[in-house]
Amino acid sequence: MADTAPAPIVPGAPKGPVVFTRAGVWRGARVALPLWIGLLPFGLVVGVISAGKGLSLAETMLMSMIVYAGAAQLLALELWADPAPVLAAILAAAVVNIRLAPMGAALAPWLDRLRGLRLWGTLATLVDHSFALGVAEQRAGGRDAGFLLGIGVSLWLGWQVATLGGHVLGGAVALPPGHPLFFAGIAAFTGLLVPLWRGARRDLLPWAMAAAIAVAAQRLHWPPPLPLMLGALGGAALAAWMEGRKTP
Amino acid sequence: MRPDVLAAILGMAAVTYLCRAGGYAVLRAVRPPPFVEAMLRNLPGPIFTAYVALALDRIGWPGVAGSAAVILVQRATGNLSASIITGVAAVWAAQLVF
Repeated sequence: MADTAPAPIVPGAPKGPVVFTRAGVWRGARVALPLWIGLLPFGLVVGVISAGKGLSLAETMLMSMIVYAGAAQLLALELWADPAPVLAAILAAAVVNIRLAPMGAALAPWLDRLRGLRLWGTLATLVDHSFALGVAEQRAGGRDAGFLLGIGVSLWLGWQVATLGGHVLGGAVALPPGHPLFFAGIAAFTGLLVPLWRGARRDLLPWAMAAAIAVAAQRLHWPPPLPLMLGALGGAALAAWMEGRKTP
Repeated sequence: MRPDVLAAILGMAAVTYLCRAGGYAVLRAVRPPPFVEAMLRNLPGPIFTAYVALALDRIGWPGVAGSAAVILVQRATGNLSASIITGVAAVWAAQLVF
């Protein structure tokens, strides 16, 4: 009866206690399976380029296993040289992955109730997809934080399969740029937006603002990830301002 | 494994983990002002809208057709596999037209 749980850092936290169950992990893993379709073409490309840049299979797989960040790996491999550009690769990873920092913070309503390996291990598997699905689940009243880890681990496995396939098969699976299969990744993110939509009154203006700022910055040739970050933060700021006006 | 390659990979992994865990770790230590809390609550829609908008701006009309197909199928069926496959098919068909 008595609410003895610590005050959540971010309001809007789930009402009941947050749990972390094996069933939740499995459910996340199953829910993530369709996202493999979006991941595979991208992972194949990273594997193919990695082989082309002269990385051994072991080096390629180590990178996929412990970095596990497609866009960062792709950018680092484009900069790759002999000897390996250590600082440039680290900088590339930081620039591309800084977008993950606010995602982890926004998942606080679940993460606050986790401790130790469950908390820091779940964060190690955090990707865009697990963030989107996790927030949609939270808003629907979900209380099983294992869901996040299940998605992260499932997509991690898919990523290993894809980059391994790309490295081993090499040019045989290289798709030409602009091939429709590359759209699968964008299609996945478009599909993930649908459960995040809370109606035009709350979301139309902030989402439109995010798109407008991002595209304007890209047209001005501002370097990534500036267009993405400015668009996302601009849209979120507008939404926050609209919320504040509604409830003074 | 070559030491220079290993150093690059380990460095990338470390900085990526800092990005993944760092935002939450900072939030845990320092309670943010209410406006920042509200921004974090509202971040998911804008970040993925920006991501998709940037891609569509690069791809052009076939991408718009693909995303429209994804949204229609996702709303109608709630099935993400079906949505993604329909989206890819729509882009393929649109590339034949445009």
